[in-house]
Amino acid sequence: MIEHQSLFLALAVTLFFIGAAGAVVRRNAIIVFMCIEIMLGGVNLAFLTFTRTTQNLDGAFMVMCIMAVAAVEAAVGLAIFFLLYRKTGSIDLEKFNLLKW
Amino acid sequence: MLLEYIPILYLMLVAIGFGVITVILSSLIGPKKMTREKAASYECGLPSEGFQYFQTPIKFYVFALLFLIFDLECIFLYPWAVHYNQLGLFGFVEMLIFICILLVCYVYVWKKGALEWD
Amino acid sequence: MSPEFILPAVNFQCILPQILLSLTALLVLLVDVFGLVKKANALALITLAGVVFATLTLFSGTGLQETAFSGMILVDGFSFFLNLTICLILILTILVSMNYQQFFPGINSGEYYSLLIFAAVGMSFMAAAGNLILLFVALELMSVSIYVLVGFHKDNLRSIEAALKYFLMGAFATSFLLLGFAFLYGATGTMDLLTMTEFIRSNPEVLSSGLFLSGVLLTLTGLGFKISMVPFHMWTPDVYEGAPTVITGFMATGVKAAAFAALVRIFMVPLGSLPIDWSMLLWVAAVLTMTVGNIIALVQDSIKRMLAYSGIAHAGYLLIGVVAGGELAQAGILYYLLVYAFMNIGAFGVLALLGKKETEYNTLQEFSGLGLKYPVLGLAMAVFMFSLAGIPPTGGFMGKLYIFSAAIKSGYVWLVVLGALNSVISIYYYLRVIVVMYFQESGAEDVAFPAPSPAITLGLGLAAAGIMILGVFPSYFWVLAQNSVFVPM
Repeated sequence: MIEHQSLFLALAVTLFFIGAAGAVVRRNAIIVFMCIEIMLGGVNLAFLTFTRTTQNLDGAFMVMCIMAVAAVEAAVGLAIFFLLYRKTGSIDLEKFNLLKW
Repeated sequence: MLLEYIPILYLMLVAIGFGVITVILSSLIGPKKMTREKAASYECGLPSEGFQYFQTPIKFYVFALLFLIFDLECIFLYPWAVHYNQLGLFGFVEMLIFICILLVCYVYVWKKGALEWD
Repeated sequence: MSPEFILPAVNFQCILPQILLSLTALLVLLVDVFGLVKKANALALITLAGVVFATLTLFSGTGLQETAFSGMILVDGFSFFLNLTICLILILTILVSMNYQQFFPGINSGEYYSLLIFAAVGMSFMAAAGNLILLFVALELMSVSIYVLVGFHKDNLRSIEAALKYFLMGAFATSFLLLGFAFLYGATGTMDLLTMTEFIRSNPEVLSSGLFLSGVLLTLTGLGFKISMVPFHMWTPDVYEGAPTVITGFMATGVKAAAFAALVRIFMVPLGSLPIDWSMLLWVAAVLTMTVGNIIALVQDSIKRMLAYSGIAHAGYLLIGVVAGGELAQAGILYYLLVYAFMNIGAFGVLALLGKKETEYNTLQEFSGLGLKYPVLGLAMAVFMFSLAGIPPTGGFMGKLYIFSAAIKSGYVWLVVLGALNSVISIYYYLRVIVVMYFQESGAEDVAFPAPSPAITLGLGLAAAGIMILGVFPSYFWVLAQNSVFVPM
């Protein structure tokens, strides 16, 4: 089991940083949000790996909470994107400069 | 022990062989008359119409989101269902409260008119 | 892997205030959607009644010291004090909102009040969380509600843009927090804070494992974002400026209180015995946070943006308490959070009162001559500014005094010197507002704002009175704060 743990963990962290890099680099709001979901996917994998190694179910329950919360975040986020698209006709993050970053 | 997997290996070989042989045979002996319909991209066998990019009514978005939210709340029913017997009446009442909260959301969505198609 | 099933000990008494708050939120939502009330302020009054009732039930839990729901909820003085702070924040915000609807009619809706309450429920569960799972869910309940509230002004592009920024940055930071939780869980094998504390005590070697340390760092990143700690502060001025002004006051105080509660629960107790170089990291972060916030606040024209940067600086003062560690510093943080709630909601309440429909970012010029034309309002604003600057005899001074003296007791003299220097810098830009209010002729265009309603008068009066009480008679609340520190059982 132990030697597999580091493999799974490596995959989880890789996924997480692929998502993080995408979220930093991309300029389309929806793609940035999808990258954040990839990061959450990596986190879920890390939690499941640790559930296996620590032999208690806290991590598995955390994964369910993360999934439910991610859906809620998606709903709120897409509503915000939609509102912006209707106002400005674009969801390109570089075009939003009313407030200085 | 590995020997027990030999039949599965046979089955895989037969399946792969069948697929490869039919594809090769049909490309060798089939007639090759290119028509307009054949060149079009395949979509359920029906003639395709319209362009790739078109706007979807916003209604679909609202429905999809509502479905997503209510569907994902069911995730919490699974662990409850697994332990239903041990939880007994207490767990039943707890889940009833949870469903009631969801019901309030449902009533809210309904009264807001998000479920009307037109 | 199927461990035998143990029904958790359930004690609804422990979360009674939160239950009542949630019920109020659902009730307001239903009352609004069925159109049961017609009068303008009825929804706000229903909300206010529910919140005040929940606050009163809070006192039934005074002096309790127990865990509920198998360690998920810690009912102790710490959560009592913070819940009290959060309920006060909620009450003040509702009072201030009741005036705001004159030029922002959309705010008078069931969604607004229920989201406000749900955010507060999230905050109070964060303060009471004894488990990382509950901490995460409560944090998200708070954050998601606030994402929506920031973008609540649907016709104002600034508001939506602020919501977009806050949402994307918030979701990004939350995933770092989650990876940190995952690593802490992997290193210690538990999500329960008390069990984690015990585990660290009996296996101190875990403190130097790479998994654990990266977990600590990632968790600090996630929480640092919420308290706008430098270098994770970039979103703060934009979001604070774009959000509806009453919401800015709410999130500046409430989110900070809840996130500092989490920071204290995680960093000052289970990780309190970290090797010294880790508190050096926080030391640097505290100094950077104070300095960056104060320096940039000096050059702001918009008072809303100036207050946003001052919010960053105040996070820095609070971080001094986290660095100092120990029970005295915890009590100082609690006291400061309470004072900060009064003075910040008060200051943003004045801005909300003066706000106009199109331009909600109040410039300094708009304040000229205000103190002479509206003496009471001017006096209230002066009290808030004096307190934010930390000038005696206001509560802001006492709060800083408690945190700084705790830090000196722990031996961080240089940190306190830097903090005091920063306070001196900050006096300049707070006093500038007062100078403009009293010693500058009002400009050609006369500032006309809607007459203050009784609600906002009450709200601002309560805030100013709270500051003065905390500044002049600090002993009662200081003793309460000292009795409220979090010590694991």
